[in-house]
Amino acid sequence: MRSFTSFVIKEFHHIFRDRKTLIVLFGIPVVQILIFGYVITNNFKDIGIAVMDQSNDIHSKGIQSKVFSSGYFIYKGAIRSEKEIESKFQRGDIRAVLVFPSKFTSDIEGSGSSEIQIITDASDPNLANTVVNYLSGIVRQYQVQKLGNGLQKSMMVVETRMLFNESLKGAYMFVPGTMALILLLICALLTSISVAREKELGTMEVLLVSPLRPAQIILGKVMPYVGLGFINAIVILLMGTLVFQLPISGSLILLMAELLLYIVLSLSLGIFISTMAPNQQVAMFISLFALMLPAVLLSGFIYPIENMPLVLQWLSYIIPPRWFIIIVKDIMLKGNGLEYIWDETLILTGMTVIFIIASIRKFKIRLEG
Amino acid sequence: MQTNNTAIIEVENLVKRFGTFTANDNLTFKVYAGEIFGFLGANGAGKTTTIRILSGLSKPTEGIVKVVGFDAMKQSESIKKNIGYMSQRFSLYDDLTVIENIRLFGGIYGLSNKEIRNRSDELVKDLGIENLRKRLVGDIPLGWKQKLAFSIAIIHRPKLIFLDEPTGGVDPLTRRQFWELIYRVAKQGTTVFVTTHYMDEAEYCDRICVLADGQIKALGEPSNLKHEYQVTSIDELFYRIVKGEDRV
Amino acid sequence: MRTLLFLIQKEFIQIARNKTMLPLIFIMPIVQLVILVYAADLNMKSIEYSVFDLDASHASRELLSHYDSSPFFDTQEQLFSDEDMEHSLKSGEADIVIKIPKGFEKSLMNNESVEVQFLVDGINNAAAVITTAYAQNILLKYHNNLGSSWLNLQEVQAKGIEIKSRHWFNPELDFKVYMVPGILVLLVSMIGWILTALNIVREKEIGTIEQINVTPVRKYQFLLGKLAPFWLIAMFELAFGLLLGRILFGVPIIGSVGLLFLFTAVYMLAPLGIGLLFSSLSNNQQQVMFLTFFFNLTFIMMSGLFTPVESMPNWAQYVNYLNPLAYFMPVIRMVLLKGSDFLDVLPNLIGIAIYSVVVLYLASLAYRKRV
Repeated sequence: MRSFTSFVIKEFHHIFRDRKTLIVLFGIPVVQILIFGYVITNNFKDIGIAVMDQSNDIHSKGIQSKVFSSGYFIYKGAIRSEKEIESKFQRGDIRAVLVFPSKFTSDIEGSGSSEIQIITDASDPNLANTVVNYLSGIVRQYQVQKLGNGLQKSMMVVETRMLFNESLKGAYMFVPGTMALILLLICALLTSISVAREKELGTMEVLLVSPLRPAQIILGKVMPYVGLGFINAIVILLMGTLVFQLPISGSLILLMAELLLYIVLSLSLGIFISTMAPNQQVAMFISLFALMLPAVLLSGFIYPIENMPLVLQWLSYIIPPRWFIIIVKDIMLKGNGLEYIWDETLILTGMTVIFIIASIRKFKIRLEG
Repeated sequence: MQTNNTAIIEVENLVKRFGTFTANDNLTFKVYAGEIFGFLGANGAGKTTTIRILSGLSKPTEGIVKVVGFDAMKQSESIKKNIGYMSQRFSLYDDLTVIENIRLFGGIYGLSNKEIRNRSDELVKDLGIENLRKRLVGDIPLGWKQKLAFSIAIIHRPKLIFLDEPTGGVDPLTRRQFWELIYRVAKQGTTVFVTTHYMDEAEYCDRICVLADGQIKALGEPSNLKHEYQVTSIDELFYRIVKGEDRV
Repeated sequence: MRTLLFLIQKEFIQIARNKTMLPLIFIMPIVQLVILVYAADLNMKSIEYSVFDLDASHASRELLSHYDSSPFFDTQEQLFSDEDMEHSLKSGEADIVIKIPKGFEKSLMNNESVEVQFLVDGINNAAAVITTAYAQNILLKYHNNLGSSWLNLQEVQAKGIEIKSRHWFNPELDFKVYMVPGILVLLVSMIGWILTALNIVREKEIGTIEQINVTPVRKYQFLLGKLAPFWLIAMFELAFGLLLGRILFGVPIIGSVGLLFLFTAVYMLAPLGIGLLFSSLSNNQQQVMFLTFFFNLTFIMMSGLFTPVESMPNWAQYVNYLNPLAYFMPVIRMVLLKGSDFLDVLPNLIGIAIYSVVVLYLASLAYRKRV
């Protein structure tokens, strides 16, 4: 036990002696959450579109003024002919063109119908789709307000209530995502090089001949970083609640417990990578390069998992943030208790156990081999 | 030896500070062309700091330092063309073969392909490692590595070579062979500046300089110094100096 | 010049000899490209919804059958109480709950106004907006059809504006065509950046850099020697990725390949230069890794691949001048998918060229042969 304690202390020294790393370590969550919270909020606004108005009358102008006062779109000039469109798209000046046919108003008031065309630059298909959706929405609204829906029928009133996020703030989506992503990456990075460094510097042999058991070495590597990860988690949480006004509707204690579990999981993942990698370079390359994009893309952080092909959905099952994001959202935003998230919790626990056991095994092989 | 009186290294009042720590405290000495100059001191005496300044790896804080006629403060790159350097931290590329390492450093020092070929043949033959040519440096024994590093450090036939504890961690036999190599290049006219903490090695030097706490405590030919301090070996001399006992 | 060739040769030998890194460098990006491209579908395909039908009438069932038959809506669950509703949303079983009030049919018959309630899980704001829009669309369609279908009211001519959309360059709105170039840029940049970042600092840790520093090697020679191999690898991987994108995903190459490679050639100097800069500034691999991680993640998120750059706040758009990815991300799509020409990409080309020069200059300042 004594040798174990001194081993843990040694690990602490490693961390706190390197000031540069410490600064970056604590700077990362603060800056990252600000960036994600303010920049990547998924708020749709200021999209540049041009107008080709062949009638220039009351309704075409009316719709335009609605479109450009919505905040979603910015007017990027008039277009005379379709030929101009291509070069504008190619230069990347505009994302879409709104085309009004000639005699727009007289057609509506006369025959009762007309047609608007939206030409999009679909090289970004997701954006093109969103542009069409928003533009259609504005036109439809105009139609209802200014023209009436033309039906002599009953009025159909829709009451929409947004639950858990009434004002539809992007931060509600991104703070839990960022938390999951950053904690995973930081923790995994930290431990992934810790074992590899010992291998590279030859100090591993010293550890291996010491009376420390593999499980103790693994634990000793994880323990100091738990504190570090937890502080990081608290910082992110504080930023989320103070700066972005996320509520903590559920139990704070449960949230803390889940955070702790997730941190230990991420650290164990790092240790696992570390036992596999022959040196720091490989360990880092794996934890940086192989982890970052899949964690961003397959966690449901940005792209909904339900939309993905089945194979990818299966793949997302092994991405820890996928489960953790659900947990955080459930506790913080929905106010759910353990009865809603026991299965996610169980999965994360299972993953932790697997990583730890696999790492210890790998160690034993080294000892015996 | 072929010592003459042209100084190849001139150091006057050299001071090197790291923050509040003074690693070199007002050193003044000269090294003459062709001699084997031993720089002695315990670990932390400031030997490596000095050798790094002389070879242009580190900037002096104060003082005048001239190496092969160039000012170490401003002309360190010109110095580098004319010197060789081998450090206690073994510094060849482990993941390159013997011959690849030779080629690399030969190329860096601007040798022509023909020169590189000739000298690498010569080198492996001298060291008797023809069979190791294609082996990764990481895979050959430490003793061979050190000798190889030395040979590569003089691949461009420098006027002056710095050896920073070249024999650290090798067996006595290899140390002996290593010094034979040093003698050979010294005979060919190369000045050798060597740091060591093996006191028996000091006996091989033309002149030695004993460093303690960043200061020069003794400087001169080994026999003269022994006489001056009335000791029978450098070992004893060193012991007395670091213990702070003055000459009798 | 000869010195440089020796240095480049050395780096190549070292890369080729590293049996663990080599497959990682070449296989991992390809695997990621092929897999991750499929992940980026923002179109809601399966909106999970539940129903709380208090009316349980012919009309309400008719309305619900519209949702049932929509390809966007999935798994219908019948709820019978407000608690059910709450649970359904809380547990995430439903993204939206449709509540039809009692007397729905009657009000319709009597031409009175009726109220249908949508309860939406608003946490993912973007998805919530789309979900609501889809749900409303179906309701509207149902309502418009009422006249002719079973209510048998008099035919009324709808005063309507039809909206037609045409999608250029990608009429099918195939998101893969968009994601391949985007992810490719990310992968290639990350690889180059990480590899150069780890490189110099590794030589520092092992001690070989000292042996180099004591030689008359010029700083720029040393840095270019580090840069060139990874630059070549990156160019190769980009070319290979494009080929793969074309074969597997049918990504068109409308513009000039030469132009794209010209741009890439200049662009790659930027991430590689940043890697060298970080590597020179750091004392050990851990430091360089956290620096790299921090900027990498930030730059990736701000690159415009996930959210349109113009929707970001102004200050973020200024920050993006420091983000090399933000220069390349639009260009690769412009050239590949839209056939943009030299003049179209010129502003970005100039921008990234200046960027590269500055970064490499900084790297040469940061790399000290002498301390």
